[in-house]
Amino acid sequence: MSPATVARGSNPLRDERDRRLQRIAGPCGLVIFGVTGDLARRKLMPAVYDLTQRGLLPPGFALVGFARRDWADQDFAAVVHDAVREHARTPFRESVWRQLAEGCRFVSGEFGDEKAFDELARTVADLDEVRGTGGNHAFYLSIPPRSFTQVITQLSRSGLAEQNGDRWRRVVIEKPFGHDRRSAQELDDIVSGVFPPDSVFRIDHYLGKETVQNLLAVRFANQLFEPVWNAHYVDHVQITMAEDIGIGGRAGYYDGIGAARDVIQNHLLQLLALTAMEEPVSFDAQDLRAEKQKVLSAVRVPQDIGQHTARGQYAAGWQGGQQVIGYLQEKGIPASSGTETYAAVTLEIDTRRWAGVPFYLRAGKRLGRRVTEIAVVFKQAPHLPFERTATVELGKNALVIRVQPDEGVTMRFGAKVPGTAMEVRDVTMDFSYGHSFTESSPEAYERLLLDVLLGEPPLFPRHEEVDQSWRILDPVIEHWAAHGQPESYPAGTWGPESADAMMARDGRAWRRP
Amino acid sequence: MIVDLPETTTETVNRRLVELRDSGGAVALGRVLTLVISTEDSGAEAAIRAANDASHEHPCRVIAVVGGNRRGSSRLDAQIRVGGDAGASEVIVLRLYGPLSEHGDSVVVPLLLPDAPVVAWWPGNCPDRPAEDRIGRMAQRRVTDAAACRNPRRALELRAEGHTPADTDLAWSRVTLWRALLAAALDLPPFEEVRSAEVTGASDSPSADLLAGWLAVALECPVKRVRTAPGTGLREVLLDRAGGPVVLSRPNGPVATLTQPGQPVRRVALPPRADSECLSEELRRLDPDPVFSAVLTRGLPMVTSGQARRDPARNGTRA
Repeated sequence: MSPATVARGSNPLRDERDRRLQRIAGPCGLVIFGVTGDLARRKLMPAVYDLTQRGLLPPGFALVGFARRDWADQDFAAVVHDAVREHARTPFRESVWRQLAEGCRFVSGEFGDEKAFDELARTVADLDEVRGTGGNHAFYLSIPPRSFTQVITQLSRSGLAEQNGDRWRRVVIEKPFGHDRRSAQELDDIVSGVFPPDSVFRIDHYLGKETVQNLLAVRFANQLFEPVWNAHYVDHVQITMAEDIGIGGRAGYYDGIGAARDVIQNHLLQLLALTAMEEPVSFDAQDLRAEKQKVLSAVRVPQDIGQHTARGQYAAGWQGGQQVIGYLQEKGIPASSGTETYAAVTLEIDTRRWAGVPFYLRAGKRLGRRVTEIAVVFKQAPHLPFERTATVELGKNALVIRVQPDEGVTMRFGAKVPGTAMEVRDVTMDFSYGHSFTESSPEAYERLLLDVLLGEPPLFPRHEEVDQSWRILDPVIEHWAAHGQPESYPAGTWGPESADAMMARDGRAWRRP
Repeated sequence: MIVDLPETTTETVNRRLVELRDSGGAVALGRVLTLVISTEDSGAEAAIRAANDASHEHPCRVIAVVGGNRRGSSRLDAQIRVGGDAGASEVIVLRLYGPLSEHGDSVVVPLLLPDAPVVAWWPGNCPDRPAEDRIGRMAQRRVTDAAACRNPRRALELRAEGHTPADTDLAWSRVTLWRALLAAALDLPPFEEVRSAEVTGASDSPSADLLAGWLAVALECPVKRVRTAPGTGLREVLLDRAGGPVVLSRPNGPVATLTQPGQPVRRVALPPRADSECLSEELRRLDPDPVFSAVLTRGLPMVTSGQARRDPARNGTRA
């Protein structure tokens, strides 16, 4: 017999019917800038370990840290070890760890230091030689935006960004992608001047969450929901991202940014896009992004911005049994700061599917509890063949996608109260992902890091989407900047009164999530 | 919480389950499947533990049917475990005595979750033809474990003879990571055909047999199976190509090395998979696995037995 053909893209050991085989990234390494940061310790390093543990990273994988510390490779490995021990999802195994530790390298230096980058280039070349990383490296920039330019320029100067033939170089960047449309464009110019668009991965960790991907499954794998997913049946949509914490130690980052730029621009508008988009032709990156971009391009803020948005700033109060300080009293915040810690906006989508259906987005810190959810609220039945008294307690039907915590889906509908009289009351039907499914399902960063190493872009927003989000948000931010201070709200409540008034003007009210 | 129900009926078990749900909030609505474990007394606890671990990914109702003494009169002892004692599942242990022990299916039927698929698992010895077994017949998926049978090689032969598309074996899921690494190695240049392959492993390792069968089917080249002492597990896979061999080797311990011509030796942690991990993989998909079917029925006969050959390219790594 003659052996099966092996060629690029034709591997006899891969069989599309063989669904047990998960894709392992090819030989490669990951370089993290800003390894001393919170994100690197709490999410990235544990995710790298979890991926190793699941057998999804290639043999010989290398992890390089770059920071302004005077560390040797072992010191860095010790830091990774502690981070893994504390935060990894999967059980700690000495053998798995040792393999990972063997590939740990550290380069010490400032972001502007040419010598340090030359050293990094040598380290990376050495890894290709010793560990067999094959010239494939991803650079994860877990650094403040002001250092972006420096690092990207240095990567370019030291030849680290050069890719040719089978060797790839990719760059991973975190939000914020600029602070308005213009700065986002400038940032993109810098990045795309060095890396081609396919090599730039913008991380929005919400898109890596199982529940967000479940939204696509709920919508497009079922016959039940899509037929009513439009202006005929939907009254409005509420997308909420509430945090119970304050700004903590992030004063330097948060002040001057605020809730709208921090989360609405990225997470909430991405959730909106996934909720409102048309069915993509396939789940390929190109098709998925095309639909998201299309719907984002139809989103607009109502004419009268003042009437349809609201903002607030938390004041001292009691939250969950603890007395907490207000935003202006936080360390490092100027007493005159006008930064909003709560933002709510009404958005309209000019498409046939959504005409007349407002999307209410709100995000805030120090709110009642930590919750992110998408609530699709349906219209009332056009006719209720009951006595009026039978349905006074009946609200609107709703479908709620609980993104975090307690991931799942809730459906709210009317049911008859047991007894002789006809009386209808709201009940809920619950699908709880979180109870058991997600207990051992991958973290968002695991999925996203693996996608970067595999070069799978569907879950990463493209610059065009970022640009659209700023186009939507810029007028709101400008309006707020011109209209004085945000209204204050006591910590531990559900935001300022103006937000409730904004809903009341439309004859609606916020859900208590 | 553990509730013991000695000398009971399935009706009582069902009623207690509903009561527990109402009082303790042990809500079993998210359960996506019923896992029926058919086992002897000795392996029962280990199997239930593995199922509980797997339930964190696949919430399920676990029904362990434990065969007891066949003499004496018929008796059913039941035990319900919920909450912390059951992982993310609810566990019902049914111990059968006397003539009833031949009719395990009759106690399982009333306890199956409505409308949810049934998976049958034999963690130890299993019927010669699982698909014709009374419990096996009601399952959409039948999971056996050739390695845990008294005679693993014979077990694999029997699996092949009585194979249906709904059958699968843990010996197959144990090699998934090996297969993934080998497939990844062929994804990259140089794109050369594999002229022949060699799988080295314990004589009693059905996983090594299946891996060899898989290579034979997929690569359409001669595949040799080299047998080492029993209990030594899967040791090494060699794919011979024009430019030199690709060798994935795990001589001892949990670390494997991947050797390719002209490239540095790469190391990777490849510890043996726990039963719970394998079971999780089996529960992930309940549709037929045509690749496994092909390996079992077509691949195994294509593999030849033989000695390891001496090849200078391998640097004499074999101990």
